[in-house]
Amino acid sequence: MTSRTSFPELQKCPTGIRGLDEILNGGLPRGRPTLVCGEAGSGKTLLAMEFIVRGARDLGEPGAFMCFEETEKELATNVASMGFDLAALSRQNLIALDHVHIERSEIEETGEYDLEGLFVRLDDMIGRIGAKRVAIDSLEALFAVLSSEAILRAELRRLFRWLKERGVTAVITGERGRDTLTRHGLEEYISDCVIFLDHRVVNQVATRRLRVVKYRGTAHGTNEYPTMIDERGLSVLPISLLGLDYPVTSERVSSGIEELDQMLEGKGYFRGSSILISGSAGTGKSSFAAAFAFAACRRGERALYLAFEESSLQIIRNMASIGYSLDTWVKKGLLHFHSVRSTIYGLEQHLVAIHKLVEDHTPSVVIFDPITNFKVMGDQAEVKTMLTRVIDFIKGKGVSALFTNLTTGGSSAEQSEAEVSSLMDTWLVLRNLETEGDRHRLVHILKSRGMAHSSQVRGFELTSKGIKIAAVH
Amino acid sequence: MPGDSKPQSEIPPAAEKAETWHLRLYVAGETARAAAALANLKRICEEHLCGRYTIEVVDLLKNPRLASGDQILAVPTLVRRLPPPIKKIIGDLSNQERVLVGLDLRQK
Repeated sequence: MTSRTSFPELQKCPTGIRGLDEILNGGLPRGRPTLVCGEAGSGKTLLAMEFIVRGARDLGEPGAFMCFEETEKELATNVASMGFDLAALSRQNLIALDHVHIERSEIEETGEYDLEGLFVRLDDMIGRIGAKRVAIDSLEALFAVLSSEAILRAELRRLFRWLKERGVTAVITGERGRDTLTRHGLEEYISDCVIFLDHRVVNQVATRRLRVVKYRGTAHGTNEYPTMIDERGLSVLPISLLGLDYPVTSERVSSGIEELDQMLEGKGYFRGSSILISGSAGTGKSSFAAAFAFAACRRGERALYLAFEESSLQIIRNMASIGYSLDTWVKKGLLHFHSVRSTIYGLEQHLVAIHKLVEDHTPSVVIFDPITNFKVMGDQAEVKTMLTRVIDFIKGKGVSALFTNLTTGGSSAEQSEAEVSSLMDTWLVLRNLETEGDRHRLVHILKSRGMAHSSQVRGFELTSKGIKIAAVH
Repeated sequence: MPGDSKPQSEIPPAAEKAETWHLRLYVAGETARAAAALANLKRICEEHLCGRYTIEVVDLLKNPRLASGDQILAVPTLVRRLPPPIKKIIGDLSNQERVLVGLDLRQK
């Protein structure tokens, strides 16, 4: 996705994991060990396993997996739901699994020894399938079994040297320590590339993040990247890499409302811009959103409607009553609804989910209806960070994004949205004006960057043939 | 697992039945440490299991696949295959007392 140039002398080994290779600027250092650390349950084993399976299945690089904590059978069961068939890959000699199990109670130590048995087992697996990749999960289990730390440390040093000599790209996992990256300081031995996985629960919502702690000899993303584990495995969201260097177009797209297009220089919104529609309850925000999606589909483009409060059926029914038969486009496959309560996952998980939906459906228009509830999920700065990332990502693809936002009575619209408005290129404000015996719907363009837009406050109606904005008297 | 609890270690050595002990010594190549381990093992067996033991030496460099069966990581590793339960002693077996305890030939 990004096109930063990498240093030619360092070869990369793609992991095949969504998003991770972008952050790593191509992949892990080829022919070297990488340390993956994190707490229990942070996804270390999955990352290691996906590195092996995706390498073997998709990238033509057989891989050996040595596991200390789970048996071959447990591993196979755990990843079967993600479509990884370890048994089949083993039969095809694309992967080799070895479960190392040592019962502390049946072992006595006396005198000198080394870990040549471990080397022999690794070597046998590598030789048997011609492995180009090796994962060891987790070496630190050895510290619990063997009492001689001096021997163990010397042997670990030898192991990492040996892996390099064998020319395999390796992933070594380690449990997070109290003050150190790993409990037993494996980072002391593996210095080429270190990846840290974080797993936190904030407001009862689990949040996963990934950070590249170091990567010698290469440029890499240094932020914490939101990460998600779902039915397809691990995915990392590299979007904050995009920054502000996305393509800008002067192409215009219809808002779906003729008179509104007129107010916007007669041409509508900029393609690939961000649009905010705010207003209190019942002012018609979703109708403006539907009009925009409807217009995109009528042009033959694809639209993605992310509904965070209402079900898709309810939206379809309501919009049909004002002349926007969204159902037609759903059936034609141009419009895709995704309804999910915003509070069901953390902000980061929403980011990852949105990222995947946009990648899968390649829309030209994305509707977020509404973004209001995201505010209860994090503080202002977090919400703004998330929206910034969403907008950077969507704009980077040249896709237009329309956000609706509910403003609560009392506070002025302008004030309550100070935190997000700066991210928006165009901002429409909707209001209901109650006068004696009547209620008027009003719309005005608070801002629209890069165009000479109307500054009028106009009345509008929701008719059975769509939104009609009245002429100025 | 049969007999993996206390009674085993409470049986005094003299009460052990006169069954044959199967011992397997895993090494990796003909190293000085491997030779020392084998010599130490033979001496201990002669003293304590005279005439009722067999020692099988497995060189993992020649038979790497055998390493996973007995879950060998360290070498040398001595495995007591019979009598049950399986016992493992890693190292060059230079400390006779530890070996005797490890093999249940002496109470802890």
